[in-house]
Amino acid sequence: MEHSEQGPVFDVAVIGAGVVGAAVARRLQLDGCAVLVLEAAAEVLDGASKGNSGILHTGFDAPPGTLEARCVAEGRAEFLAIHEQLGLPLLETGAMVLAWNEAEEAALPRLLQQAHANAVTDAVILSAAEIRRLEPGLGPGLRAGIRVPGEHVIDPWSTAHAYLLQALLNGAELRRKANLHAAAFDGSLWRLQTTAGSFGAAAVVACAGLFGDRVEAMLFGDAHFTIRPRKGQFVVYDKPAASLARHILLPVPSATTKGIVVCRTAWGNLLVGPTAEEQESRTEAATDRATLEALIEKGRAILPGLADEEVTASYAGLRPATEAKEYRLRSDPARRLVSVGGIRSTGLSAALGLARHVAALLERRPATPPAEPETPRLPWLAEGVAGKGRDWTRPGHGGIVCHCELVTRREVEAALDGPLAATTLAGLKRRTRVTMGRCQGFNCLPELARLTAGRLDPPIAVPFARSLDRDAQRRD
Amino acid sequence: MTERCDVAVVGSGPAGLGAATALAATGLHVVVLEREAELGGIPRHCGHPPFGMQEFRRVLIGPTYARRLVERARAAGVVLRAPATVTALQPGGGLELTTPAGPATLEAQAVLLATGVRETTRAERLIGGTKPAGVMNTGALQGLVYLARQVPFRRPVVLGTEFVAYSALFTCRHAGIRPVAMVEPGPRPVAWQLSRGLPWLLRIPQYFATEVEAVLGEERVTGVVLRRGGRRWTVAADGLLVTGGFRPEATLVRGAHLQLDRRTGGPAIDSFGRTSDPAFFAAGNLLRPVETAGWSWAEGVAVARSIGRALDGTLPAPEPALELELAGEAIKYALPQRLHPGDIDKGQMLQVRVARPVRGRLALRRGGQEVWSRRLKALPERRITVPLDGLAGRAVPGRLVLELDEEIDS
Repeated sequence: MEHSEQGPVFDVAVIGAGVVGAAVARRLQLDGCAVLVLEAAAEVLDGASKGNSGILHTGFDAPPGTLEARCVAEGRAEFLAIHEQLGLPLLETGAMVLAWNEAEEAALPRLLQQAHANAVTDAVILSAAEIRRLEPGLGPGLRAGIRVPGEHVIDPWSTAHAYLLQALLNGAELRRKANLHAAAFDGSLWRLQTTAGSFGAAAVVACAGLFGDRVEAMLFGDAHFTIRPRKGQFVVYDKPAASLARHILLPVPSATTKGIVVCRTAWGNLLVGPTAEEQESRTEAATDRATLEALIEKGRAILPGLADEEVTASYAGLRPATEAKEYRLRSDPARRLVSVGGIRSTGLSAALGLARHVAALLERRPATPPAEPETPRLPWLAEGVAGKGRDWTRPGHGGIVCHCELVTRREVEAALDGPLAATTLAGLKRRTRVTMGRCQGFNCLPELARLTAGRLDPPIAVPFARSLDRDAQRRD
Repeated sequence: MTERCDVAVVGSGPAGLGAATALAATGLHVVVLEREAELGGIPRHCGHPPFGMQEFRRVLIGPTYARRLVERARAAGVVLRAPATVTALQPGGGLELTTPAGPATLEAQAVLLATGVRETTRAERLIGGTKPAGVMNTGALQGLVYLARQVPFRRPVVLGTEFVAYSALFTCRHAGIRPVAMVEPGPRPVAWQLSRGLPWLLRIPQYFATEVEAVLGEERVTGVVLRRGGRRWTVAADGLLVTGGFRPEATLVRGAHLQLDRRTGGPAIDSFGRTSDPAFFAAGNLLRPVETAGWSWAEGVAVARSIGRALDGTLPAPEPALELELAGEAIKYALPQRLHPGDIDKGQMLQVRVARPVRGRLALRRGGQEVWSRRLKALPERRITVPLDGLAGRAVPGRLVLELDEEIDS
């Protein structure tokens, strides 16, 4: 990295530390660029990337020939090549696309053709009886379906953290609470004004998710799309429920959404969701009782055994949808500028593919890739992968902090340390799973408050004498 | 190397320590495994009376009571291990565990499960809204206040009116927290009607027949949306305390080979506190939501006698036993779930709860003949007991049914 009079100068500034920004930062840093990642929020993965379903898609149902189809296929292939090295779990579940009525059944042959056109050649149509042999827990009314063996479950947070951490370990820099408020190109250099200071960069890649249109407008002068936040609510069941389904259970997709999915998570739970609800707010991901009840009912129709299972959590995610279905990419080679917008449901699967695409688009100075790039190994948080154990199965873990998720003191301490240290409770949860289990902090919150004292903002709790309000004022 | 002991006790609350102390007093090698770093269970963070009347013949606050139970167990020769987390139960009495040093195994001739309860979470109650910091159960609040001397909020809404909610009000008062509202979905307090007096004295508005709809706020809670009938309104608050709705902490049981009773949410037991694997016994609030510390302690002492007999070889075999059948959908649960009519101790009884306010007749029948009955007017979460003395020595064969005939309001 060079320095100018106005501060440090990077080869590339990546705006946004969601999964796409993380993958782009990793790709460019591994290509030898000096990368700066600017995140507006207090934590990384705090926008669209914090609430998805954790599926590694094959792209079988993507419109053939599109950028999305290509990026999903390439991104998936690269994930499969690097996940072992990075310590990222992969649950090779396969998916079943289930047709519950005549119209859905009639749509299957065309969907199969589409899968084959997307080079997902192992997808096959199965009869209801054949499906029931593989998924005996399915409810009544099933007519037929398509099995897609290549659809897998991954850990959406560890995955994105791994990409970003690899960038950081190889020299990239991250600034959180760095909200971009002005950007100017002086003919050779971008000058970016943020709430965390001013930075220079030879090139800029915007991966600003739910704020993609606004950031694009700031960089290009106008935006060629409008973000229409689409909320998805999910219900998460406790771990015993995960034995009810082997495959990812998908509905026959409609024009606007992939529909309600029932699938295991990498952490051993079972989730039902998402809904697809248009809303104005780009930040407020609220759940509501009526919708959660409807999801529970829907889940029980698909898997009647869920009636006996316990709900562990619910959450909502916001997808950065736009007025069109496709990804919204835009580049300006003269100003060394790329904007990646409108990455909706498939961002987790496509991120590595998008990163390659962006790297190819971006005009930049020739750089020398690191001879032996650093490779992080993420803490193993997954359940249900043979031969892989959590930290508590190894000596010297220091004791269990979160009993439901069996998170160790060593894991918590590690997550509070290093270049990607957690700075909020939400960030700590995503890195370790603390308080994410069935008791939601009933048992471990006091111990966590002690372990994280002075490390999280806002703190979990404050000493008796101090006022929470004063604490808030001091921060502002 | 696998360690061995006579009896392993999982959980160091009143039931676990009560049993461990009684068993060690008979000369057995007893190991208590507690997953928290500190022994004593839930009473540790209930900084108010009354605890210990049966156990110590005096009125104590929770932390003192817990400390005394621990001291008594230690004095009796119980081996106390904390923290030690049991991660799996193996048929026949094997335990897999993990301690700060790493994983280990323990083989016991008998295992007592006494893992207690937890409260229903916000998620389980399907309370909507955003996910700011400051939403928690009483257990977490009391742990923060009494164990860490910290507060997570200053002006929370308190949801629920079981006894634990009033315990939470004491905790709030102790820590300088002033609740802004107390909310109960039912028409009246779940605890005694008289409980209304406490929030009244503390000038906390009480709302009955009112639901918590949603939580507002990004980083911290800024408000709580309440709904009564068709009316919705927002209360400014910086937290939501979700109290009560206890459920057995039965994760180990659910993940193991033991039979679970869906009604109680805990393991099914017989008259001797024995689960479907005769090497495993259970006592305390793991059996059902929810009883007092004193009741759980007494259950621990009683199950210790059964475990002693099991190790002597004098405990009746698991079979034959009678399944207790329940008739009447207002019965929430009854336990023990299996009975040995030939071996009923004097004073032994069924524990029963109803799911909603009921009036009617509760009867225990054996082979169609009434063994016991009484008129019942009961509210949920109130202790109902059915004496079993009438069952002892009765030669009548046939099914054992507990039936609730409800009076229908005209």
